[in-house]
Amino acid sequence: MASLTLEPPPATDRKIAFREALREAMSEEMRSDPRIFLMGEEVAQYNGAYKVSQGMLDEFGPKRIIDAPISENGFAGLGIGAAMYGLRPIIEFMSWSFSLVAADQILNNAAKMLYMSGGQWGCPIVFRGNDGAGGQLGSTHSWSVEALYANVPGLKIAIPSNPYDAKGLLKTAIRDEDPVFFLESERMLGDTGLVPAGEYTVPFGQAALRREGDDCTLVSFGRPVNFCLEAADELANEDIHCDVLDMRTIRPLDVDSIVASIQKTGRIVVVDQSWPFAGIASEVIAQVCERCFDYLDHQPVRVTSDDVPTPYAKPLEQAYLPHKGKIVEAVKRVVGVE
Amino acid sequence: MKKTIYEARIDHIQILDEHGKLDEKLAKDTLSDEDAVFLYEQMSICRWLDEIAFKLQRSGRMGTYPQNKGQEAGPAGAGLALSRFGEKNWLVPCYRENIALFLNGLPMEKILLHWMGDERGNQIPEGVNILPIAIPIGTHPLHAVGIAYAKKYRGEKGVAVSFFGDGATSEGDVHEAMNFASAWKVPAIFFCQNNFWAISVPRALQSGSETIVQKGLAYGHHCVQIDGNDIFASYKVMKEAIDRAIKTGQPTFIEAVTYRLGDHTTADDARRYRDEKEVEAWRKKDPLIRTRKYLESKKLWNDRKQADIEARAKEIVDAVVKRAEGIEKPVFEDIFDYTFATLEGNAELQTQRATRRTTGLGQGPEQEKLRA
Repeated sequence: MASLTLEPPPATDRKIAFREALREAMSEEMRSDPRIFLMGEEVAQYNGAYKVSQGMLDEFGPKRIIDAPISENGFAGLGIGAAMYGLRPIIEFMSWSFSLVAADQILNNAAKMLYMSGGQWGCPIVFRGNDGAGGQLGSTHSWSVEALYANVPGLKIAIPSNPYDAKGLLKTAIRDEDPVFFLESERMLGDTGLVPAGEYTVPFGQAALRREGDDCTLVSFGRPVNFCLEAADELANEDIHCDVLDMRTIRPLDVDSIVASIQKTGRIVVVDQSWPFAGIASEVIAQVCERCFDYLDHQPVRVTSDDVPTPYAKPLEQAYLPHKGKIVEAVKRVVGVE
Repeated sequence: MKKTIYEARIDHIQILDEHGKLDEKLAKDTLSDEDAVFLYEQMSICRWLDEIAFKLQRSGRMGTYPQNKGQEAGPAGAGLALSRFGEKNWLVPCYRENIALFLNGLPMEKILLHWMGDERGNQIPEGVNILPIAIPIGTHPLHAVGIAYAKKYRGEKGVAVSFFGDGATSEGDVHEAMNFASAWKVPAIFFCQNNFWAISVPRALQSGSETIVQKGLAYGHHCVQIDGNDIFASYKVMKEAIDRAIKTGQPTFIEAVTYRLGDHTTADDARRYRDEKEVEAWRKKDPLIRTRKYLESKKLWNDRKQADIEARAKEIVDAVVKRAEGIEKPVFEDIFDYTFATLEGNAELQTQRATRRTTGLGQGPEQEKLRA
């Protein structure tokens, strides 16, 4: 069983933005591995629709930083072929919402190629881009794809909540031999955090304990981890103390750490920015029930988006998403405080 | 003001007609006498493999199988050219070009093993430049373009060729692949076998386009249509396409006009939707018949040789069936090994694998024995 220790802050005083951390991860890996290239819409001349790849065309040239036509299924499939042929493509989806047209390539080909070739043809490729709502982009452009895609065996899913993990997880993703879906958030790209200049990686399948407390286990991944931390701060003022677990990867999922925390707290609230039905939060709770049912002192609770298409109007979108208030309320409910 | 901004011309090439008559001028620098004999023999062996595969399926020894019958000549000529010109060419197949795969080094039993329902049929031997068979329609030309892209990236000389049918040209993937190939000038070649039927949907209902090949014009491909039952034509256009791809970076779209003499697969009965007269007309254009007529007219073939090749085909295919059926049974644990290349940090799957090996998926120790 995993022993839980609080994740120490990065040993640096260097602060950079989330998008810079992503860029650093890609650039560092590209400097040391000539097989890596970045392909996607607007990634080269325009420096990225969200400026993640700013300056990379200048450094690496058009052979390795490649503007693709608006053809997600096309460049996803092309990347798969290149990966099978020994290159290490990073495929940027401007938004994971646009990956839906590439579903056959990324789910039916990338994730299954190894299996269908009897373990022979691996597909080391990273698909990355913005995931989740919150930018008033309307329902079609606001997908949280984690639950939709995590159902499929053969792929890995990383979802960082902060710049340090963004860099470390993306480096691990690029080096991984399997297809990795890397979910970023447009809402977090400007967030700053401590990120060492040098080399480090963050392993897959190891949750980070962001905050310690004995009363309730808060489990989340990606952007809502930050809402959990805000909620935990507020709850601490009322003497309610939470373990906040940042899963960092959804596949693999570090259930051991969740179980270890529940053995201490006896309570769990899972915060998931996607829809409630058959979501990652549901999966976490199912595994918790299988693994440590007897340790639970209250039924598990989910905080998710509402079960409707993402609203376009700002106040409605904010009300629809998980936020601090909803998390505080949920934790109070499971610890029995009104 | 009015002016013409685009004009196009597409050639149809036939070198060996259905009566076995050769266009000597066009045949120049294509197949030698030995090549023609060799390809006839190979097509005969593949035809026999088809017959046996059909019987294996009917007798419950194999899953679904798509017969190649009637379509051997296109992949035969193209496959031979691919094995000769360029460097380290890659074949990205679907499922009706067996002969091209065999000519490029794929052991025959791999095809049977695949259709018997074994993932190991898609384990390609080292040094054989062929991707696993793609059963979904039209997904793989993108992979071929990806390989072509990677070849250019790595400074290699060969080409990547995808084989697909007329039905696949209705898929968006194929058009995206065609678009990328020319936009980025990668050494990709598209070999479309137009057999007139997408399972039960006839060519006329699939597209309003007068020909399939003209779809390549929109993407800036060099476009050529051939008699797909002609080994000389398919050899010639593939040879030229390889040369063009390497020298100019222009992709070639080849439409091989042929006909599926058999059913779509063993799960299909084409008599339910195809006119017997249409099939009968195409039987007369069978690539084996015309190639044999040609070889006989050149005194390169006779009844004795025919009896020999038929006996040899039986021997070869018998041995192939034995090898495919004789492979050790797959091991249950393999399904977990095949899912991820690396499990570092993946406690979840490591645990899953460890437990499932003994207790997972309802597999108790007593069932374990059944797999021995």
